[in-house]
Amino acid sequence: MSKVKTYFEINEKIRRGEAVVLTAEEVAEMAKTATPEEIVEKVDVVTTATFGAMCSSGAFINFGHANPPIRMEKIRLNGVPAYEGLAAVDTYIGATACNSKNPEYGGAHVIQDLVDGKDIILEAWGKGTDCYPRKHIKTIINKETVNEMILFNPRNAYQNYNVAVNTTSQTKYTYMGTLLPNLRNATYSTSGELSPLLNDPEFKTIGIGTRIFIGGTTGYVVWPGTQFHTTRTKDENGVPVTNAATLAVIGNLKEMSSEFLQAASYEKYGISLFVGIGIPIPVLNVEMAKRVSINNSQIQTSVLDYGTAGSPKLAQVSYEQLRSGEIEVNGQKVRTAPVSSLYKARKIADILKSKIQKGEFLLQEPIEMFPTNTSLKGLLEVDVDEQGGEK
Amino acid sequence: MKPVKRRYILKFPPQSGDKPLSYVLVKDYDISINILKAEVIPGKRGNLLLELEGTASNLKKGISYLEKHQVECIPLDKKISLKKEKCINCGNCTAVCFAGALTMNSKTWELEFNKDECVACELCVKACPLKLFEIDFHNGN
Repeated sequence: MSKVKTYFEINEKIRRGEAVVLTAEEVAEMAKTATPEEIVEKVDVVTTATFGAMCSSGAFINFGHANPPIRMEKIRLNGVPAYEGLAAVDTYIGATACNSKNPEYGGAHVIQDLVDGKDIILEAWGKGTDCYPRKHIKTIINKETVNEMILFNPRNAYQNYNVAVNTTSQTKYTYMGTLLPNLRNATYSTSGELSPLLNDPEFKTIGIGTRIFIGGTTGYVVWPGTQFHTTRTKDENGVPVTNAATLAVIGNLKEMSSEFLQAASYEKYGISLFVGIGIPIPVLNVEMAKRVSINNSQIQTSVLDYGTAGSPKLAQVSYEQLRSGEIEVNGQKVRTAPVSSLYKARKIADILKSKIQKGEFLLQEPIEMFPTNTSLKGLLEVDVDEQGGEK
Repeated sequence: MKPVKRRYILKFPPQSGDKPLSYVLVKDYDISINILKAEVIPGKRGNLLLELEGTASNLKKGISYLEKHQVECIPLDKKISLKKEKCINCGNCTAVCFAGALTMNSKTWELEFNKDECVACELCVKACPLKLFEIDFHNGN
């Protein structure tokens, strides 16, 4: 019978500094000459990573109480609106929040400035209550003055993502970058064979409680991400051929670095946040060895027309083709470009590898596994007035 | 002598439209001219992005001829800049760079900027999510 390892055994090897750790790219290369049976014998952990723009990101902040105290009912951080419906001095600043007067500076920039230790102007208003009499405050905060700042991203690390093209005669400005007219470019975002959920497509090791690298520090997977979709079309390798599962992740923003957390502003679209995430995958058995061996030629994704309503699928291509610089769509050769940083993703995979090799990062077995039969709902529009219009 | 290719931004003063300057460059200095970008604001100024090809000594003579006629000649690479130290190598700029000046190294996946291929279209200025490009085609010094 082929080898089976437990989390306990792998963690013991990590503690002794004896664990064999490879990045997902290295193991994909190794798999060209080694069988899954050999890989499970030789390799204990495979590190995966991604560094892409993830709009569904944001941070909880607790400012502390002023004297006299205020119940903050409208909050601005460097002019950017933050959520006001969360107790007196708690807030959530979303990465995509922005002030229409300064559309190139948004929540993601506030988060990055906080990480960088910069001063932020906090202005807040309240109606004044018996216990919180104050009605207005304007002051300076930074990462040293606030009690907590916690990055909590409801949807990150997409398992695969589609390729964006534009067949219309007009340039389209999107979160997938600037799409030139008449199929003159194609953009893609996933780190391919290095991407976390493409190396564990059935969530056998990534689940609630998985310890991860996030933004330069240690964090956790806390839930399946929003829009978690497990029933997308899969290819012969069992990997979905379009955007599917996602992760909700958390980490201490005070410990993060802007090397792995970068605010972004997209022309005629808005603000987003590049988030660096690294996830270790234990090679528990032959099945996992097979999964982590996957390479770019075996991962397919869908090419969607972002210029046309409903984003129809025009083609299916592999990451090997995307990385070659050119794909074929509608019989036309189309130049490709990435919009997430493979350079940074590799850096993260290497850092995580070295931390595990040095015994500084142990693997956490999921406390609960993810659901495996979920799909997505759209938003139905109903005639509210006709239905009685109850408020 | 081997011909060389160089790109210049030419800034014309408002009253310079009366002389066939490019004709002189071709005829007297044997320089081949490729106009990559032109902007003329009548009565104010004109800007041209030219690729000049000729021997190094003829290019030098041609440029000093233009400068004698109050046309400012600035090598293109002096007018475009990228804050490379802040670049995250995401690739968004390469998506719009149809001239092929901005490309990703297919081994390291770092951004490479070959200014000799730049046509100052300025699409990268807006496409960069970190706003790290500056291309000064329109303004004076």
